[in-house]
Amino acid sequence: MSDTKKIIEIEVLRYNPESDKEPHLEVYKVPFTDDMSVLQGAQYIKDNFDGSLTFRWSCRMAICGSCGMMINGIPKLSCETFLRDYYPNRIRIEAMAHFPIEKDLVVDLSGFIEKLESIQPYIIPKEPRTLEQGEYLQTPEEFNKYIQFTSCINCTLCYAACPQVGLNPDFIGPAAIALLHRYNMDSRDGASEQRMELVASEEGVYNCSAVGYCSEVCPKHVDPGNAVNVNKINAAKDYFLRFLSPKGGSK
Amino acid sequence: MKTRKRSNAPIFWGLFGAGGMLAALFGPMLVFITGIAVPLSLLLPADTMSYPKMLAFAQNFIGKAFIFAIIALFLWHAAHRIFHSLHEIGIHAGIGSKLICYGLAFISTVISAYILLGLGF
Amino acid sequence: MSKRRPYVRSMDGWWKKNPFYVEYMVHEGTALFVAAYAFTLLVGLVRLGQGEAAWTAWLEALKSPFSLVFHAVFLVAIVYHAFTWFKLFPLTMPPIIVNGKKVGPGVVVGSGWTAAVVAALALLGLVWRIAA
Repeated sequence: MSDTKKIIEIEVLRYNPESDKEPHLEVYKVPFTDDMSVLQGAQYIKDNFDGSLTFRWSCRMAICGSCGMMINGIPKLSCETFLRDYYPNRIRIEAMAHFPIEKDLVVDLSGFIEKLESIQPYIIPKEPRTLEQGEYLQTPEEFNKYIQFTSCINCTLCYAACPQVGLNPDFIGPAAIALLHRYNMDSRDGASEQRMELVASEEGVYNCSAVGYCSEVCPKHVDPGNAVNVNKINAAKDYFLRFLSPKGGSK
Repeated sequence: MKTRKRSNAPIFWGLFGAGGMLAALFGPMLVFITGIAVPLSLLLPADTMSYPKMLAFAQNFIGKAFIFAIIALFLWHAAHRIFHSLHEIGIHAGIGSKLICYGLAFISTVISAYILLGLGF
Repeated sequence: MSKRRPYVRSMDGWWKKNPFYVEYMVHEGTALFVAAYAFTLLVGLVRLGQGEAAWTAWLEALKSPFSLVFHAVFLVAIVYHAFTWFKLFPLTMPPIIVNGKKVGPGVVVGSGWTAAVVAALALLGLVWRIAA
């Protein structure tokens, strides 16, 4: 019974901050079976060729959001991308675009975390509520308005896809705005006006130029691009109508 | 909490959107009529855009508004897109390119308004 | 003392590296032709303002092969603008709920195109009537 495995060439963008001036590509010949993911390919390299290869991963089933990387220039989750689909061509893996590289395939996500925190990702009730009032009641229609945006796994493939994030690192970006939209659209929340300051700011939605690649690469079909673009309309309303409202809208 | 500066983008974005919608709805047929059909007398009589007819159209209130909207909004749409595209291909001339792009749209808007009003009602 | 030395990659030529981005730059580029056409109309308006002789000379210029070729190019570009403008509706438009269900992207894009066809035919019809 023949046991010869096929060999695929995996080209990896390596970077060791302690010894390298800049990242460089290295090729590894990896034997594989048809069920192997790109993540398993990276694990093979680490186990058999170079134990210093550094990358993030966890669940292996496209729900934790840890294993994002550029695969032939396209942002993908490596655990749900398969070597068989690239064979016999060489496959190139790199750290996610538009983030600083810490080491090999690991990027600095601290900026992203700060952006997520900045949008106040929690229910801010319309008015104070006591325990005695009981639970919030929400109809299926109200639920459907925001449920899609709850699917985000913070994998940041959308940031790797968005050229505007790359050109302006201060842009809060697709996932943060999708999460912001998730809360604004939740009937239990009352803080749309509060969050508008960020939406309408110079770091906000108008950085977006409707490239749409964020929604294209999202593994959970959140459609962050739609969240961003719909908020352009909201921000424009806020901009033009702010003098009419007695509260004056957001500053 | 850091106070963020409000962006003035809504003005330019609004003009961009209006111009883009007009260009998408009316652009193809307008280009066809003014640039191909009338010059070649295709589908439309040769005198469709004769001086008396065009003058009457431009003097008509709705005609005036239509001509103004098309010229001005097409240019504001293009200015916004071109300004951002320059930034995207690495030309970051900042205030300079902003002035040229939006400035040209603004000057053209003023010229159109001036001529259209000058043609009378 | 931290050994971190994060490496920031250049954005030079980013749009050439992925066909998705190339198409994006192409549809953004249609703005150049929208502008060119609008300037053409502006010149026409200036000629109209200068009187009958100037206007008639302008009409004659529109018949030149130069002008016809340019307008053919404008036509292709502006049709591509319209095509990509409507194609982006599912991204740029708020969801429309009909009978409790979100309207699908095909319907949204189709509505855009329908509106464009209606507008185009209405414009043609109007011009026809004015010309007659």
